[in-house]
Parts: sequence; C-alpha cells; structure tokens
Amino acid sequence: MRAVLRRLVPRSLLLRNLLGVVAGLVVVVLVLETTSPFRNSQFATMSYYAIAAAGLTVLTGLNGQISLGHGALMAVGAYTTALLLQGGSVPFPLAMLAAAVVTALVGVVVGAAAARLHGPYLAGATLALAVGVPGLAIYFDGLLGGEQGLSVRSPRPPGWFADAHYFLTAGELGGAKYLAYIGWITLLVVVLLLANLMAGRYGRVWRAVRDDEVAAELAGMRLGGLRILAFVVSAACAGLAGAVLAMVVRLAAPSGFTIVLSLSLLTAVVVGGLGSIPGALLGSALLVFLPPAVTNLGTGAGLTGVQAAQLAPFVYGVVLVVVMLLAPGGVMGLLRRLWRRGINQGGST
Amino acid sequence: MTLPEASETRFPSARSDPAPLFAADGVTVRFGGLTALDDVSLAARPHEVHGVIGPNGAGKTTFFNVCCGFVRPDTGTLWWRGEPLPGLRPAQLAGMGIARTLQGLGLFAGLTVAENVMVGADRFRRTGFASALFALPRAGADERRLRERADAAMREVGVEDVAARHPGSLPYPVRKRVALARALAADPELLLLDEPASGLGAGEMAELGELVRGLTARMTVILVDHHMDLVMSVCDRITVLDFGRVVAEGAPAQVRDDPAVIDAYLGEEARHG
Repeated sequence: MRAVLRRLVPRSLLLRNLLGVVAGLVVVVLVLETTSPFRNSQFATMSYYAIAAAGLTVLTGLNGQISLGHGALMAVGAYTTALLLQGGSVPFPLAMLAAAVVTALVGVVVGAAAARLHGPYLAGATLALAVGVPGLAIYFDGLLGGEQGLSVRSPRPPGWFADAHYFLTAGELGGAKYLAYIGWITLLVVVLLLANLMAGRYGRVWRAVRDDEVAAELAGMRLGGLRILAFVVSAACAGLAGAVLAMVVRLAAPSGFTIVLSLSLLTAVVVGGLGSIPGALLGSALLVFLPPAVTNLGTGAGLTGVQAAQLAPFVYGVVLVVVMLLAPGGVMGLLRRLWRRGINQGGST
Repeated sequence: MTLPEASETRFPSARSDPAPLFAADGVTVRFGGLTALDDVSLAARPHEVHGVIGPNGAGKTTFFNVCCGFVRPDTGTLWWRGEPLPGLRPAQLAGMGIARTLQGLGLFAGLTVAENVMVGADRFRRTGFASALFALPRAGADERRLRERADAAMREVGVEDVAARHPGSLPYPVRKRVALARALAADPELLLLDEPASGLGAGEMAELGELVRGLTARMTVILVDHHMDLVMSVCDRITVLDFGRVVAEGAPAQVRDDPAVIDAYLGEEARHG
C-alpha cells in the first residue's frame, strides 16, 4: 500500500508541490461555493492573514528572526495597491505585483538593519517600524489620505471569469466571493513558492544560520545576505497580503495597521507551529474564525451581546496560554509528536 | 632570499619553506593588553598533517581563529598557495577550500545529519534563488549533487546509517563524526581540526588517527589537540606554542626531545600527571 502511494507521488519537487496546490484549489472552490457570502468574506480575510503569516513563519521559524513590524509591511503593500488602483487604469494583478516589489524593497532596507540585530534589539527595531509607518500616512495626508486613509476600488470580476465560474458552478459570483478567490489563489501561489524554497537549499541554509551562526559561517554561509534574503521574501509576502487586504476591506487606513495586527500575525504563527506553513494557515484560521464562533456560543448560552463579545478575546488568550503550556511547538508540533508516537507504538505492537 | 638549511634554524619561517599550501608569517594578535599570539609563523606543506600543541592558554584556538578568518591579526600575513591572503571573512575562506571543525561541534540541531553535511557541501551548488523559488529541474539536480557529496562524506566517516536522524539524538562520538563529515563534504584543500580527539575512547582515537592519515591523500590537515599519543603518531610536523609564541617546531621525535617543549608543555603535563 505504501509503495503504491509512494509511486503515485512524483519525484520532482515542483510537481509534488503543484499537486498539493491543485488539491488545495479544489478544496477552495468547494468551500467557497458551498458557503454563504458572509463566510466568503471571512475566508477572504483569512487569506490575507495567512499570506502574511506564511511569510512570517519563514522569517521567524526558519531563519530565527523575529519581526513585530509585519503589519507595517502590510501597510506598504496596501497603500501601494490603493494608489495604483486609484486611476482605474492599472489592472489589479499588476498592482499586487507592484505591492510585492515595493514591499520587498522596503524589506531590503529593514532586513539590512535587522541582519545586524539579535533578540530584543531586533524586536525593538521592528516594533518601531510597526509604530512608525502608520504615522507616515498621517504625515503625508495629501498623498495618503491621513487618518481617513485611501479608499480602494475593489476589482470587479471580468466577463471571462464570471462566465467560467457560471459554467463550473451554475451559481452567482458575488463581489465577496470574487475577492475570496483572489485572496486564496494568491495564497496558494505564495504557499507553492514558499514550499519550494523551504524544501530546497534555502530552507536548509536558513535553518543552519538560525541554529549556529559560527558553524554556518565556517561552512561558507554569508550570514548577512541570507538573513536579508529571508527578510525580503517575508516582506514580499506581507506586501501581497496588504494588497489583498486593501481590496477586501476597500480601504487602506492607518487604523488597519496597528501594532495589534503585527502581534496577531506573530501569535498565529506561534500557535500554529513556528516554521510550518500549514501551521501558519491554521493560526490564521483561528484568528479569523475563533472570535465570532465564541461570540455565537456566548449568545447561544444566554449571554448579552456585550458579554459574548468580551468572551472572544478571553478565549483567544486562553487558547494561547494553553498552547504555550501544553504544546510549545504549536499545533503542528503537537500533531507531529502524536504522529511519531503513533508510529512508534504501531512498530512495537 | 636564500633558504637556510633546516638544521641551521629551529624555527624555519614561513617564507623559507619550499612550497607550503598555507602559511602564517609573523602573526601577532592582541586582545587589549593581552598578547594572545606573538610573531607566530607556521607553514603547512601539502598532504601533511601539521600539529599545533601547547598548554592551555598558549594561543592554539586564537591561531585557528586567525586561520579561518574570525580574528584579524594585528600584524603578520597569511599565505595561501604562495599568495598573500587579504583579510577575508570566514565564508570567503570556506569558499576557497579551507574548512574547520569546531571544538563545540556546532552542529545544526534543527537539521538532520544528512542536511548538516549538505550545508558543508554548499559551495558546490550551481543554481541560485530563482531556480529554488520555482523548483526548476536544475535546482533538483543541484540538490541531488549535494546529497551525493554528503553521502560520500558520511560514508567516509561511517555515519551514513544515521543520515535521517537529528544530531541531538546521537551519542557524542557519533556527533563528532558528523561534524567531521560536514567539513569533509566541502572537499577542502586545508582542513583545520580543533580538538578532534576530545571525548573519544582509545579505540575511537586510533580510528580517528587512521582516518586523518588517510585524508592526506586529498588534503592538508592542521590539527590542534591535547592527546599527545594522537598528535605524535599522526602529525608529520608539529609547532609548539607557549604563551602565544612558537617555542619549537619540527618532526614529532624532534619536538618530543626538545628541552623547551618538555619545559613548556610536557613538563606541565608531567607535573599534573
């Protein structure tokens, strides 16, 4: 049975990862087509959290650099997208690409500074980024719209996409669903590319640099270059996430990129399991779906609306504490441990 | 410059040696007021094992740190294949074929043994970031090539059967072999071994000695160790450091009988032993 399965899995890394992405796409279509527009918009929200979290887990989990400033990098992507879509002449995929490139360039600068810093100093520097960047939008209010921010024209589905969608599902393509598709297709592309990197040379040497700098340098690793590269990859993801966010919420405003956003991303990555892309997706799903689920439970149990709403952050906090106490490797770490134990027991009996 | 006869001088300088692969010439390193290395010269000839010994604090580790680029000498020059080496970073020296093992091993805990050794082979990769990002076939071929090199290095030191394990789960002597495999995977021309015998039993040490002798077919080895048996049996030449200065240099038998050495090092051991 195992041998048959192994023969079915292609040898080429790209084919293997592509296969995973196609399977993911099928699941995305099934889920988005069978859920309500409200759920669709929740999935759209999850997609941009997951894009940013996937990038962050590469930086923090694989390369060992902490960033409290990824919310600010998302802001760079969101504002770039908002500015480019203002005129109505730039197609949105181009705007998203530009957002990724601009944020990657910011990532070069921040990464170059970060490569020389460790631990609390790195946390402090990136925290300053998270606090400072939204302030720029207020300072340059002529261009960036100040506190109100910039409203974003969300892309409308082009004719061929709507036709193809109708052909496949015989259903209506709402605005929320279209945005969710954009977000999830972007997420799948990001996951594909990150999975390629992680399984290859870069994943290996990033982890080597994280585990022992001296030994890595003796083995010929250029520490600074590899650290900056990890930061740039991660920043490009954050930029894409910001682009999706801008289109989904139709707004790029300073209030959307507070330090809370940066911290939420970090908690998502940690709860899911550092360095794991499935973990980053799981953490993002918790971030988006847990609070409303808890609120619903609360009102179902007879709490008032305010009480139920207060319950959500409490439960999220409890989840965080429990994960840190019982599964410091995050959910994915826990699953891996159980899986290994299962194999060992299977082998001994 | 005329070459003095070896018998005329106790310390043939780096320049006087016929064709050293690697040489240090008049290297001085000061840390604040402390002189860690004082005018140290050493010439490692191709396909020889050159031992560096001396009591604790004699400057052996500092000397290695100079050789692999972690410490810049205040004065003095390093020579590589007859050319002076400008102040290079460790990563650049590694790219030229200088590999070093660490006393503390420095294995990557989050990587399997095979991955650890593949990092050592990294200078043989031929593809860049874009190939890896899109998982192009040539990136896959590159990975297979590195894996083959790693496999060969793991076989050479006998750790191929733990390739999929993580170093933390292995006993110390096996971890030492993994660290050696990682250095060998770089296919270095010069291998710097920092205390390769520490923590090994007598049998393992004999095996190590044989392994190191075997390496000289392909590379030059500079070795720092406390175990006199190993150093005396494995090395072609030995440089003795004491208080940062070279007090003797020569063949093992010559060094062993040198009164300055007995005084500085063996004498100390005799006193403690």
